[in-house]
Amino acid sequence: MSAALRPSRTTAVLTYVLLAVAAAVLLFPVVFTLVGSFLPKSELVSYPPRLTSGAWTTANYEGVVHSVPLLRQYLNSLLVSGLIMVGHLVTATLSAYAFVFLRVPGRRPLFWLFLSTMMIPWEAIVIPNYLLVVSLGLASSYPALVLPFLANGFGTFLMRQAFLRFPSQLRDAATIDGCGHLRFLLTILVPMSKPVLAALAVWAFLSGWNQFLWPLLVSNSSPELYTLQIGINYLRAVDTNQPGQVLAGITLALVPTLLLVLVGQRWLVRGFTAGAVK
Amino acid sequence: MPNVPLPSDPRRRARRRRDITLALAFLAPSLLVFAVFVFFPLGQAVFLATRGSDLFGRPTVSVGFGNFAKLLTPEFGGVLLLTLGYVVLVVVPSIVLPLALAVPMAQRLPGMRLFRTAFALPFAYSVAAASVVFSLLYNPGTSVLNWVLESLGGQGRAWLTDPSLALVSVALVTVWMNTGFNLLVLSAALAGRDEEVLEAAVLDGARGPSMLFRITIPLITPSLFFLVVVTTLNALQSFGQIFILTRGGPNGATGVLVYSIYDTAFANNASDFGLASAQGLVLLLVGLALAAIQFGIIERRVHYQ
Repeated sequence: MSAALRPSRTTAVLTYVLLAVAAAVLLFPVVFTLVGSFLPKSELVSYPPRLTSGAWTTANYEGVVHSVPLLRQYLNSLLVSGLIMVGHLVTATLSAYAFVFLRVPGRRPLFWLFLSTMMIPWEAIVIPNYLLVVSLGLASSYPALVLPFLANGFGTFLMRQAFLRFPSQLRDAATIDGCGHLRFLLTILVPMSKPVLAALAVWAFLSGWNQFLWPLLVSNSSPELYTLQIGINYLRAVDTNQPGQVLAGITLALVPTLLLVLVGQRWLVRGFTAGAVK
Repeated sequence: MPNVPLPSDPRRRARRRRDITLALAFLAPSLLVFAVFVFFPLGQAVFLATRGSDLFGRPTVSVGFGNFAKLLTPEFGGVLLLTLGYVVLVVVPSIVLPLALAVPMAQRLPGMRLFRTAFALPFAYSVAAASVVFSLLYNPGTSVLNWVLESLGGQGRAWLTDPSLALVSVALVTVWMNTGFNLLVLSAALAGRDEEVLEAAVLDGARGPSMLFRITIPLITPSLFFLVVVTTLNALQSFGQIFILTRGGPNGATGVLVYSIYDTAFANNASDFGLASAQGLVLLLVGLALAAIQFGIIERRVHYQ
Protein backbone atom coordinates (compact mmCIF):
# COMPACT_ATOMS: atom_id res chain seq x y z
CA MET A 1 0.00 0.00 0.00
CA SER A 2 1.11 3.53 -0.62
CA ALA A 3 2.74 5.80 1.90
CA ALA A 4 -0.17 8.25 1.64
CA LEU A 5 -2.47 5.94 3.66
CA ARG A 6 0.05 5.08 6.38
CA PRO A 7 -0.89 6.81 9.65
CA SER A 8 1.61 9.24 11.11
CA ARG A 9 3.27 8.53 14.46
CA THR A 10 1.00 11.02 16.28
CA THR A 11 -2.11 9.48 14.70
CA ALA A 12 -0.95 6.01 15.73
CA VAL A 13 -0.39 7.07 19.37
CA LEU A 14 -3.79 8.80 19.51
CA THR A 15 -5.43 5.70 18.00
CA TYR A 16 -3.96 3.39 20.62
CA VAL A 17 -4.94 5.74 23.47
CA LEU A 18 -8.52 6.03 22.18
CA LEU A 19 -8.91 2.28 21.67
CA ALA A 20 -7.37 1.45 25.05
CA VAL A 21 -9.79 3.79 26.84
CA ALA A 22 -12.73 2.40 24.86
CA ALA A 23 -11.67 -1.17 25.65
CA ALA A 24 -11.40 -0.36 29.37
CA VAL A 25 -14.96 1.02 29.37
CA LEU A 26 -16.62 -1.52 27.05
CA LEU A 27 -14.96 -4.59 28.52
CA PHE A 28 -15.56 -3.57 32.12
CA PRO A 29 -18.82 -5.60 32.39
CA VAL A 30 -17.00 -8.63 30.92
CA VAL A 31 -14.13 -8.35 33.39
CA PHE A 32 -16.63 -7.78 36.20
CA THR A 33 -18.49 -10.98 35.24
CA LEU A 34 -15.34 -13.09 35.23
CA VAL A 35 -13.62 -11.57 38.28
CA GLY A 36 -16.83 -11.40 40.31
CA SER A 37 -17.57 -15.06 39.69
CA PHE A 38 -14.38 -15.96 41.60
CA LEU A 39 -14.87 -13.54 44.51
CA PRO A 40 -16.37 -14.41 47.90
CA LYS A 41 -19.60 -12.64 48.81
CA SER A 42 -17.88 -10.46 51.43
CA GLU A 43 -15.74 -8.80 48.76
CA LEU A 44 -18.58 -8.31 46.27
CA VAL A 45 -21.25 -6.80 48.51
CA SER A 46 -18.96 -4.35 50.28
CA TYR A 47 -18.86 -0.72 49.28
CA PRO A 48 -16.50 0.21 47.75
CA PRO A 49 -16.34 -3.25 46.17
CA ARG A 50 -13.03 -5.05 46.69
CA LEU A 51 -12.52 -6.51 43.24
CA THR A 52 -8.76 -6.82 43.57
CA SER A 53 -8.31 -8.12 47.10
CA GLY A 54 -6.88 -11.39 45.82
CA ALA A 55 -9.28 -13.53 47.88
CA TRP A 56 -10.10 -15.93 45.05
CA THR A 57 -12.51 -18.80 45.50
CA THR A 58 -14.34 -21.36 43.38
CA ALA A 59 -17.14 -21.63 45.94
CA ASN A 60 -19.51 -19.68 43.66
CA TYR A 61 -19.24 -22.32 40.96
CA GLU A 62 -19.79 -25.16 43.41
CA GLY A 63 -22.71 -23.26 44.91
CA VAL A 64 -24.46 -22.46 41.65
CA VAL A 65 -24.15 -26.00 40.31
CA HIS A 66 -25.71 -27.37 43.49
CA SER A 67 -28.39 -24.75 44.12
CA VAL A 68 -30.01 -24.66 40.67
CA PRO A 69 -30.51 -27.33 37.98
CA LEU A 70 -27.97 -25.56 35.81
CA LEU A 71 -27.04 -28.70 33.89
CA ARG A 72 -30.67 -29.35 33.00
CA GLN A 73 -31.08 -25.75 31.82
CA TYR A 74 -27.86 -26.03 29.84
CA LEU A 75 -29.09 -29.16 28.06
CA ASN A 76 -32.48 -27.51 27.43
CA SER A 77 -30.80 -24.50 25.83
CA LEU A 78 -28.46 -26.66 23.73
CA LEU A 79 -31.33 -28.88 22.60
CA VAL A 80 -33.68 -26.02 21.73
CA SER A 81 -31.04 -23.88 19.97
CA GLY A 82 -29.60 -26.92 18.18
CA LEU A 83 -33.00 -27.95 16.82
CA ILE A 84 -33.77 -24.37 15.79
CA MET A 85 -30.41 -24.23 13.99
CA VAL A 86 -30.98 -27.51 12.12
CA GLY A 87 -34.53 -26.44 11.26
CA HIS A 88 -33.30 -23.11 9.84
CA LEU A 89 -30.62 -24.82 7.74
CA VAL A 90 -32.97 -27.44 6.30
CA THR A 91 -36.03 -25.29 5.59
CA ALA A 92 -34.02 -22.34 4.26
CA THR A 93 -31.90 -24.51 1.96
CA LEU A 94 -34.93 -26.35 0.55
CA SER A 95 -37.07 -23.28 -0.02
CA ALA A 96 -34.21 -21.23 -1.47
CA TYR A 97 -33.44 -24.12 -3.82
CA ALA A 98 -37.04 -24.13 -5.01
CA PHE A 99 -36.96 -20.37 -5.62
CA VAL A 100 -33.69 -20.44 -7.56
CA PHE A 101 -33.51 -23.77 -9.38
CA LEU A 102 -37.10 -24.98 -9.76
CA ARG A 103 -40.14 -23.75 -11.63
CA VAL A 104 -42.52 -22.53 -8.98
CA PRO A 105 -45.93 -21.31 -10.10
CA GLY A 106 -46.37 -17.82 -8.64
CA ARG A 107 -42.71 -17.59 -7.66
CA ARG A 108 -42.71 -13.83 -7.14
CA PRO A 109 -45.73 -13.51 -4.83
CA LEU A 110 -44.56 -16.58 -2.93
CA PHE A 111 -41.13 -15.04 -2.38
CA TRP A 112 -42.74 -11.81 -1.20
CA LEU A 113 -44.81 -13.89 1.22
CA PHE A 114 -41.56 -15.31 2.63
CA LEU A 115 -40.03 -11.83 2.88
CA SER A 116 -43.16 -10.45 4.55
CA THR A 117 -42.58 -12.78 7.51
CA MET A 118 -39.40 -10.78 8.19
CA MET A 119 -41.46 -7.61 8.60
CA ILE A 120 -43.73 -9.06 11.31
CA PRO A 121 -42.12 -8.65 14.73
CA TRP A 122 -42.54 -11.84 16.77
CA GLU A 123 -43.69 -9.74 19.74
CA ALA A 124 -46.62 -8.43 17.65
CA ILE A 125 -48.08 -11.94 17.36
CA VAL A 126 -46.76 -13.41 20.59
CA ILE A 127 -50.15 -13.28 22.36
CA PRO A 128 -52.14 -15.23 19.71
CA ASN A 129 -49.19 -17.64 19.41
CA TYR A 130 -49.25 -18.23 23.14
CA LEU A 131 -53.01 -18.86 23.06
CA LEU A 132 -52.54 -21.17 20.05
CA VAL A 133 -49.89 -23.23 21.81
CA VAL A 134 -52.07 -23.44 24.92
CA SER A 135 -55.13 -24.55 22.92
CA LEU A 136 -53.04 -27.20 21.12
CA GLY A 137 -52.08 -28.57 24.52
CA LEU A 138 -48.44 -27.76 23.84
CA ALA A 139 -47.86 -25.23 26.62
CA SER A 140 -44.91 -26.29 28.82
CA SER A 141 -43.47 -28.60 26.17
CA TYR A 142 -40.33 -28.76 24.06
CA PRO A 143 -42.29 -28.57 20.76
CA ALA A 144 -43.66 -25.19 21.86
CA LEU A 145 -40.11 -23.88 22.36
CA VAL A 146 -38.92 -25.11 18.95
CA LEU A 147 -41.72 -25.44 16.37
CA PRO A 148 -42.42 -21.73 15.68
CA PHE A 149 -38.75 -21.13 14.84
CA LEU A 150 -38.04 -23.98 12.43
CA ALA A 151 -38.41 -21.72 9.40
CA ASN A 152 -37.50 -18.11 8.85
CA GLY A 153 -37.86 -15.64 5.99
CA PHE A 154 -34.40 -14.18 6.56
CA GLY A 155 -32.77 -17.62 6.29
CA THR A 156 -34.46 -18.26 2.95
CA PHE A 157 -33.44 -14.80 1.74
CA LEU A 158 -29.81 -15.37 2.75
CA MET A 159 -29.61 -18.80 1.07
CA ARG A 160 -31.36 -17.54 -2.06
CA GLN A 161 -28.81 -14.73 -2.43
CA ALA A 162 -26.01 -17.32 -2.16
CA PHE A 163 -27.64 -19.72 -4.67
CA LEU A 164 -28.20 -16.89 -7.16
CA ARG A 165 -24.42 -16.37 -7.23
CA PHE A 166 -23.86 -20.04 -8.09
CA PRO A 167 -22.19 -20.22 -11.54
CA SER A 168 -24.81 -21.29 -14.09
CA GLN A 169 -22.21 -23.13 -16.24
CA LEU A 170 -21.61 -25.51 -13.34
CA ARG A 171 -25.33 -26.11 -12.97
CA ASP A 172 -25.68 -26.76 -16.72
CA ALA A 173 -22.70 -29.11 -16.71
CA ALA A 174 -24.26 -31.09 -13.85
CA THR A 175 -27.60 -31.29 -15.68
CA ILE A 176 -25.94 -32.53 -18.88
CA ASP A 177 -24.16 -35.21 -16.85
CA GLY A 178 -27.58 -36.42 -15.77
CA CYS A 179 -27.37 -35.05 -12.26
CA GLY A 180 -30.88 -34.77 -10.82
CA HIS A 181 -32.08 -32.09 -8.43
CA LEU A 182 -31.53 -33.98 -5.21
CA ARG A 183 -28.04 -35.13 -6.13
CA PHE A 184 -27.09 -31.66 -7.37
CA LEU A 185 -28.38 -30.12 -4.13
CA LEU A 186 -26.69 -32.58 -1.78
CA THR A 187 -23.39 -33.30 -3.51
CA ILE A 188 -22.58 -30.01 -5.26
CA LEU A 189 -24.61 -27.06 -4.00
CA VAL A 190 -24.55 -27.68 -0.25
CA PRO A 191 -20.78 -28.41 -0.07
CA MET A 192 -20.11 -25.28 -2.13
CA SER A 193 -22.34 -23.12 0.08
CA LYS A 194 -20.56 -23.92 3.35
CA PRO A 195 -19.65 -20.28 4.20
CA VAL A 196 -23.20 -18.99 4.03
CA LEU A 197 -24.56 -22.13 5.73
CA ALA A 198 -22.05 -21.53 8.54
CA ALA A 199 -23.21 -17.92 8.86
CA LEU A 200 -26.86 -19.00 8.98
CA ALA A 201 -26.03 -21.75 11.51
CA VAL A 202 -24.27 -19.30 13.87
CA TRP A 203 -27.04 -16.75 13.50
CA ALA A 204 -29.85 -19.29 14.06
CA PHE A 205 -28.12 -20.86 17.06
CA LEU A 206 -27.53 -17.47 18.68
CA SER A 207 -31.09 -16.30 18.05
CA GLY A 208 -32.43 -19.50 19.63
CA TRP A 209 -29.96 -19.37 22.51
CA ASN A 210 -30.78 -15.74 23.35
CA GLN A 211 -34.58 -15.99 23.30
CA PHE A 212 -36.23 -14.66 26.41
CA LEU A 213 -39.90 -13.63 26.11
CA TRP A 214 -41.17 -16.82 24.42
CA PRO A 215 -39.51 -19.35 26.77
CA LEU A 216 -40.58 -17.16 29.69
CA LEU A 217 -44.23 -17.51 28.62
CA VAL A 218 -44.16 -21.12 27.48
CA SER A 219 -42.18 -22.62 30.37
CA ASN A 220 -43.80 -20.39 32.95
CA SER A 221 -45.13 -23.12 35.22
CA SER A 222 -42.62 -25.88 34.49
CA PRO A 223 -39.09 -25.21 35.76
CA GLU A 224 -37.84 -28.44 34.14
CA LEU A 225 -38.26 -26.65 30.78
CA TYR A 226 -36.32 -23.53 31.75
CA THR A 227 -33.65 -22.53 29.30
CA LEU A 228 -30.44 -20.95 30.62
CA GLN A 229 -31.75 -17.44 29.92
CA ILE A 230 -34.81 -17.99 32.11
CA GLY A 231 -32.61 -19.77 34.64
CA ILE A 232 -30.24 -16.79 34.86
CA ASN A 233 -33.15 -14.48 35.59
CA TYR A 234 -34.53 -16.76 38.31
CA LEU A 235 -31.06 -17.23 39.74
CA ARG A 236 -30.86 -13.49 40.23
CA ALA A 237 -34.38 -13.25 41.63
CA VAL A 238 -33.80 -16.08 44.13
CA ASP A 239 -30.18 -15.43 45.06
CA THR A 240 -30.21 -11.66 45.43
CA ASN A 241 -27.62 -11.86 48.16
CA GLN A 242 -25.34 -14.25 46.27
CA PRO A 243 -24.02 -12.06 43.44
CA GLY A 244 -20.94 -14.26 43.06
CA GLN A 245 -23.09 -17.32 42.33
CA VAL A 246 -25.14 -15.36 39.81
CA LEU A 247 -21.96 -14.26 38.02
CA ALA A 248 -20.62 -17.81 38.09
CA GLY A 249 -23.84 -19.05 36.46
CA ILE A 250 -23.60 -16.33 33.81
CA THR A 251 -19.95 -17.17 33.12
CA LEU A 252 -20.86 -20.82 32.55
CA ALA A 253 -23.77 -19.80 30.32
CA LEU A 254 -21.42 -17.58 28.28
CA VAL A 255 -19.05 -20.40 27.28
CA PRO A 256 -20.84 -21.58 24.10
CA THR A 257 -21.61 -18.09 22.82
CA LEU A 258 -18.09 -16.81 23.57
CA LEU A 259 -16.69 -19.72 21.55
CA LEU A 260 -19.12 -18.97 18.72
CA VAL A 261 -18.21 -15.28 18.71
CA LEU A 262 -14.47 -15.97 18.77
CA VAL A 263 -14.60 -18.71 16.12
CA GLY A 264 -17.66 -17.73 14.13
CA GLN A 265 -17.49 -13.93 13.88
CA ARG A 266 -15.71 -14.01 10.53
CA TRP A 267 -18.26 -16.42 8.99
CA LEU A 268 -21.10 -14.37 10.37
CA VAL A 269 -19.91 -11.09 8.92
CA ARG A 270 -18.79 -12.54 5.60
CA GLY A 271 -22.03 -14.49 5.13
CA PHE A 272 -24.21 -11.55 6.10
CA THR A 273 -22.50 -8.72 4.31
CA ALA A 274 -22.42 -10.76 1.11
CA GLY A 275 -26.12 -11.55 1.31
CA ALA A 276 -27.78 -8.64 3.01
CA VAL A 277 -25.89 -5.53 2.03
CA LYS A 278 -25.36 -5.82 -1.66
CA MET B 1 -37.67 -25.50 -35.47
CA PRO B 2 -37.08 -29.18 -34.95
CA ASN B 3 -34.67 -28.80 -32.01
CA VAL B 4 -36.98 -26.86 -29.73
CA PRO B 5 -39.40 -29.19 -27.99
CA LEU B 6 -42.98 -28.09 -28.28
CA PRO B 7 -44.89 -27.32 -25.09
CA SER B 8 -47.01 -30.39 -25.73
CA ASP B 9 -43.96 -32.68 -25.72
CA PRO B 10 -45.07 -35.33 -23.16
CA ARG B 11 -41.58 -35.90 -21.72
CA ARG B 12 -41.10 -32.23 -21.15
CA ARG B 13 -44.51 -31.93 -19.59
CA ALA B 14 -43.80 -34.82 -17.26
CA ARG B 15 -40.50 -33.25 -16.19
CA ARG B 16 -42.21 -29.95 -15.63
CA ARG B 17 -44.83 -31.61 -13.43
CA ARG B 18 -42.08 -33.36 -11.46
CA ASP B 19 -40.31 -30.03 -11.01
CA ILE B 20 -43.43 -28.37 -9.66
CA THR B 21 -44.13 -31.26 -7.28
CA LEU B 22 -40.55 -31.11 -6.02
CA ALA B 23 -40.76 -27.33 -5.62
CA LEU B 24 -43.94 -27.64 -3.56
CA ALA B 25 -42.36 -30.37 -1.44
CA PHE B 26 -39.33 -28.12 -0.83
CA LEU B 27 -41.46 -25.09 0.06
CA ALA B 28 -43.96 -27.02 2.18
CA PRO B 29 -41.99 -27.14 5.49
CA SER B 30 -41.43 -23.37 5.52
CA LEU B 31 -44.97 -22.62 4.37
CA LEU B 32 -46.39 -24.86 7.07
CA VAL B 33 -44.42 -23.08 9.82
CA PHE B 34 -45.39 -19.65 8.45
CA ALA B 35 -49.05 -20.62 8.11
CA VAL B 36 -49.36 -21.99 11.65
CA PHE B 37 -47.09 -19.63 13.59
CA VAL B 38 -47.13 -16.38 11.59
CA PHE B 39 -50.17 -15.89 9.38
CA PHE B 40 -52.80 -17.70 11.46
CA PRO B 41 -51.70 -15.84 14.64
CA LEU B 42 -51.71 -12.59 12.67
CA GLY B 43 -55.34 -13.16 11.68
CA GLN B 44 -56.03 -14.27 15.23
CA ALA B 45 -54.49 -11.01 16.52
CA VAL B 46 -56.95 -9.02 14.41
CA PHE B 47 -59.82 -11.19 15.68
CA LEU B 48 -58.72 -10.97 19.31
CA ALA B 49 -58.26 -7.22 19.04
CA THR B 50 -62.00 -6.89 18.49
CA ARG B 51 -62.88 -9.00 21.54
CA GLY B 52 -63.44 -8.14 25.14
CA SER B 53 -62.05 -10.39 27.85
CA ASP B 54 -63.30 -12.17 30.96
CA LEU B 55 -61.67 -12.18 34.37
CA PHE B 56 -58.93 -14.53 33.16
CA GLY B 57 -58.13 -12.50 30.06
CA ARG B 58 -59.87 -14.94 27.73
CA PRO B 59 -61.65 -13.49 24.72
CA THR B 60 -65.41 -12.97 25.00
CA VAL B 61 -67.90 -11.01 22.94
CA SER B 62 -67.07 -8.61 20.14
CA VAL B 63 -66.31 -5.09 21.26
CA GLY B 64 -65.78 -3.80 17.70
CA PHE B 65 -63.08 -1.17 17.74
CA GLY B 66 -63.38 -0.76 21.49
CA ASN B 67 -59.84 -1.98 22.17
CA PHE B 68 -58.40 0.40 19.61
CA ALA B 69 -60.44 3.22 21.14
CA LYS B 70 -58.78 2.35 24.46
CA LEU B 71 -55.45 2.93 22.75
CA LEU B 72 -56.44 6.46 21.71
CA THR B 73 -55.67 7.74 25.19
CA PRO B 74 -52.91 9.98 26.53
CA GLU B 75 -51.57 6.95 28.47
CA PHE B 76 -51.00 4.84 25.37
CA GLY B 77 -49.76 7.90 23.45
CA GLY B 78 -47.23 8.21 26.25
CA VAL B 79 -46.19 4.57 25.76
CA LEU B 80 -45.63 5.22 22.04
CA LEU B 81 -43.60 8.39 22.69
CA LEU B 82 -41.55 6.55 25.30
CA THR B 83 -40.92 3.74 22.80
CA LEU B 84 -39.77 6.17 20.10
CA GLY B 85 -37.55 7.96 22.61
CA TYR B 86 -36.05 4.65 23.66
CA VAL B 87 -35.43 3.64 20.04
CA VAL B 88 -33.57 6.92 19.41
CA LEU B 89 -31.59 6.53 22.65
CA VAL B 90 -30.51 3.08 21.46
CA VAL B 91 -30.03 3.51 17.72
CA VAL B 92 -27.97 6.72 17.57
CA PRO B 93 -25.19 5.61 19.95
CA SER B 94 -25.35 2.03 18.59
CA ILE B 95 -24.25 3.42 15.20
CA VAL B 96 -22.04 6.35 16.24
CA LEU B 97 -19.98 4.54 18.88
CA PRO B 98 -19.01 1.52 16.71
CA LEU B 99 -18.28 3.90 13.82
CA ALA B 100 -16.03 6.02 16.06
CA LEU B 101 -14.09 2.85 16.90
CA ALA B 102 -14.17 1.15 13.50
CA VAL B 103 -12.68 4.11 11.60
CA PRO B 104 -9.45 4.35 13.65
CA MET B 105 -9.30 0.53 13.76
CA ALA B 106 -9.34 0.39 9.96
CA GLN B 107 -5.86 1.94 9.85
CA ARG B 108 -2.94 -0.34 9.03
CA LEU B 109 -1.54 -0.58 12.53
CA PRO B 110 -0.33 -3.62 14.47
CA GLY B 111 -2.68 -5.03 17.10
CA MET B 112 -5.96 -3.98 15.47
CA ARG B 113 -7.16 -7.58 15.18
CA LEU B 114 -6.77 -7.99 18.91
CA PHE B 115 -8.93 -4.91 19.52
CA ARG B 116 -11.52 -6.16 17.05
CA THR B 117 -11.82 -9.49 18.88
CA ALA B 118 -11.93 -7.76 22.27
CA PHE B 119 -14.70 -5.39 21.20
CA ALA B 120 -16.73 -8.32 19.83
CA LEU B 121 -16.93 -9.99 23.26
CA PRO B 122 -20.16 -8.23 24.45
CA PHE B 123 -21.86 -9.82 21.43
CA ALA B 124 -21.62 -13.14 23.32
CA TYR B 125 -23.97 -11.84 26.05
CA SER B 126 -27.63 -12.73 25.79
CA VAL B 127 -30.21 -10.16 26.84
CA ALA B 128 -30.65 -12.03 30.12
CA ALA B 129 -26.91 -12.28 30.85
CA ALA B 130 -26.22 -8.62 30.02
CA SER B 131 -29.23 -7.37 31.99
CA VAL B 132 -28.39 -9.38 35.09
CA VAL B 133 -24.73 -8.24 35.01
CA PHE B 134 -25.83 -4.61 34.64
CA SER B 135 -28.41 -5.04 37.41
CA LEU B 136 -25.46 -5.82 39.69
CA LEU B 137 -23.42 -2.91 38.31
CA TYR B 138 -26.39 -0.57 38.84
CA ASN B 139 -27.35 -2.01 42.26
CA PRO B 140 -27.60 1.00 44.60
CA GLY B 141 -26.11 -0.79 47.62
CA THR B 142 -22.97 -2.09 45.96
CA SER B 143 -22.89 -0.18 42.67
CA VAL B 144 -19.49 -0.68 41.12
CA LEU B 145 -20.49 1.91 38.55
CA ASN B 146 -21.12 4.55 41.22
CA TRP B 147 -17.88 3.67 42.92
CA VAL B 148 -15.98 4.21 39.66
CA LEU B 149 -17.81 7.49 39.05
CA GLU B 150 -17.09 8.70 42.58
CA SER B 151 -13.43 7.73 42.33
CA LEU B 152 -13.23 9.82 39.16
CA GLY B 153 -14.72 12.80 41.02
CA GLY B 154 -18.29 12.33 39.75
CA GLN B 155 -21.47 11.53 41.63
CA GLY B 156 -23.23 8.24 42.14
CA ARG B 157 -26.71 7.90 40.72
CA ALA B 158 -29.89 5.92 41.28
CA TRP B 159 -29.63 4.30 37.86
CA LEU B 160 -32.84 2.30 37.84
CA THR B 161 -35.00 4.08 40.41
CA ASP B 162 -34.64 7.66 39.18
CA PRO B 163 -37.54 8.08 36.70
CA SER B 164 -35.57 10.53 34.57
CA LEU B 165 -32.60 8.16 34.30
CA ALA B 166 -34.11 4.66 34.13
CA LEU B 167 -34.82 4.68 30.38
CA VAL B 168 -31.26 5.84 29.68
CA SER B 169 -29.88 3.08 31.92
CA VAL B 170 -31.90 0.43 30.06
CA ALA B 171 -30.86 1.90 26.69
CA LEU B 172 -27.22 1.81 27.84
CA VAL B 173 -27.39 -1.96 28.30
CA THR B 174 -28.88 -2.35 24.83
CA VAL B 175 -26.22 -0.12 23.25
CA TRP B 176 -23.52 -2.12 25.00
CA MET B 177 -24.94 -5.35 23.57
CA ASN B 178 -25.25 -3.87 20.05
CA THR B 179 -21.72 -2.50 19.89
CA GLY B 180 -19.99 -5.84 19.24
CA PHE B 181 -21.97 -6.92 16.19
CA ASN B 182 -22.28 -3.43 14.70
CA LEU B 183 -18.53 -2.94 15.03
CA LEU B 184 -17.88 -6.24 13.23
CA VAL B 185 -20.11 -5.23 10.33
CA LEU B 186 -18.61 -1.74 10.04
CA SER B 187 -15.06 -3.09 10.21
CA ALA B 188 -15.82 -5.49 7.36
CA ALA B 189 -17.32 -2.62 5.35
CA LEU B 190 -14.31 -0.36 5.96
CA ALA B 191 -11.92 -3.16 4.98
CA GLY B 192 -13.82 -3.43 1.71
CA ARG B 193 -13.18 0.20 0.66
CA ASP B 194 -11.37 0.73 -2.59
CA GLU B 195 -7.79 1.79 -1.76
CA GLU B 196 -7.38 3.71 -4.99
CA VAL B 197 -10.30 5.95 -4.07
CA LEU B 198 -8.77 6.59 -0.65
CA GLU B 199 -5.35 7.36 -2.10
CA ALA B 200 -6.81 9.72 -4.66
CA ALA B 201 -8.72 11.51 -1.89
CA VAL B 202 -5.57 11.87 0.24
CA LEU B 203 -3.61 13.21 -2.73
CA ASP B 204 -6.42 15.69 -3.36
CA GLY B 205 -5.90 16.96 0.18
CA ALA B 206 -8.75 15.21 2.02
CA ARG B 207 -7.88 15.09 5.74
CA GLY B 208 -9.60 14.29 9.03
CA PRO B 209 -13.27 15.27 9.03
CA SER B 210 -13.54 15.88 5.29
CA MET B 211 -12.05 12.44 4.64
CA LEU B 212 -14.53 10.92 7.11
CA PHE B 213 -17.72 12.68 5.98
CA ARG B 214 -17.06 13.02 2.25
CA ILE B 215 -15.23 9.80 1.44
CA THR B 216 -15.42 7.12 4.15
CA ILE B 217 -19.06 7.39 5.21
CA PRO B 218 -20.45 7.62 1.66
CA LEU B 219 -18.41 4.50 0.77
CA ILE B 220 -19.96 2.42 3.55
CA THR B 221 -23.57 3.67 3.38
CA PRO B 222 -24.98 0.23 2.42
CA SER B 223 -23.65 -1.27 5.66
CA LEU B 224 -24.72 1.76 7.69
CA PHE B 225 -28.21 1.50 6.23
CA PHE B 226 -28.38 -2.22 6.99
CA LEU B 227 -27.34 -1.54 10.60
CA VAL B 228 -29.78 1.35 11.09
CA VAL B 229 -32.69 -0.86 9.97
CA VAL B 230 -31.63 -3.92 12.00
CA THR B 231 -30.80 -1.91 15.13
CA THR B 232 -34.08 0.03 14.97
CA LEU B 233 -36.22 -3.09 14.67
CA ASN B 234 -34.25 -4.79 17.46
CA ALA B 235 -34.64 -1.78 19.75
CA LEU B 236 -38.37 -1.69 19.03
CA GLN B 237 -38.61 -5.34 20.17
CA SER B 238 -36.65 -4.92 23.43
CA PHE B 239 -38.22 -6.85 26.27
CA GLY B 240 -35.76 -8.86 28.37
CA GLN B 241 -33.72 -5.91 29.58
CA ILE B 242 -36.86 -4.10 30.77
CA PHE B 243 -38.38 -7.21 32.34
CA ILE B 244 -35.18 -7.93 34.26
CA LEU B 245 -34.02 -4.41 35.15
CA THR B 246 -37.12 -2.32 35.82
CA ARG B 247 -40.39 -4.17 35.10
CA GLY B 248 -41.50 -1.05 33.26
CA GLY B 249 -40.92 1.17 36.30
CA PRO B 250 -40.27 3.40 38.09
CA ASN B 251 -43.82 4.65 37.63
CA GLY B 252 -44.01 3.55 33.98
CA ALA B 253 -40.80 5.36 33.03
CA THR B 254 -39.52 2.34 31.05
CA GLY B 255 -42.87 0.82 29.98
CA VAL B 256 -42.15 0.62 26.24
CA LEU B 257 -44.56 -0.98 23.77
CA VAL B 258 -43.48 -4.64 23.99
CA TYR B 259 -43.38 -4.51 27.77
CA SER B 260 -46.86 -2.95 27.70
CA ILE B 261 -48.10 -5.87 25.54
CA TYR B 262 -46.71 -8.36 28.06
CA ASP B 263 -48.07 -6.41 31.00
CA THR B 264 -51.53 -6.06 29.48
CA ALA B 265 -51.74 -9.77 28.66
CA PHE B 266 -50.20 -11.26 31.78
CA ALA B 267 -50.48 -8.71 34.59
CA ASN B 268 -51.81 -10.52 37.65
CA ASN B 269 -54.94 -8.52 38.25
CA ALA B 270 -56.00 -7.16 34.85
CA SER B 271 -55.15 -9.72 32.17
CA ASP B 272 -56.59 -8.63 28.82
CA PHE B 273 -55.57 -10.58 25.71
CA GLY B 274 -57.82 -8.50 23.43
CA LEU B 275 -56.22 -5.19 24.38
CA ALA B 276 -52.75 -6.78 24.27
CA SER B 277 -53.43 -8.07 20.72
CA ALA B 278 -54.50 -4.59 19.64
CA GLN B 279 -51.20 -3.26 21.02
CA GLY B 280 -49.39 -6.01 19.10
CA LEU B 281 -50.98 -4.75 15.88
CA VAL B 282 -49.80 -1.24 16.75
CA LEU B 283 -46.28 -2.64 17.17
CA LEU B 284 -46.56 -4.21 13.72
CA LEU B 285 -47.67 -0.88 12.22
CA VAL B 286 -44.93 1.09 14.00
CA GLY B 287 -42.32 -1.39 12.76
CA LEU B 288 -43.61 -1.20 9.19
CA ALA B 289 -43.78 2.60 9.34
CA LEU B 290 -40.23 2.96 10.68
CA ALA B 291 -38.90 0.54 8.06
CA ALA B 292 -40.80 2.38 5.30
CA ILE B 293 -39.48 5.77 6.44
CA GLN B 294 -35.95 4.44 6.53
CA PHE B 295 -36.21 2.82 3.11
CA GLY B 296 -37.80 5.99 1.72
CA ILE B 297 -35.41 8.55 3.15
CA ILE B 298 -32.14 6.74 3.63
CA GLU B 299 -32.20 4.41 0.65
CA ARG B 300 -32.24 7.43 -1.64
CA ARG B 301 -28.99 8.63 -0.09
CA VAL B 302 -27.29 5.24 0.00
CA HIS B 303 -24.37 4.92 -2.34
CA TYR B 304 -24.07 1.43 -3.85
CA GLN B 305 -20.77 0.77 -5.59
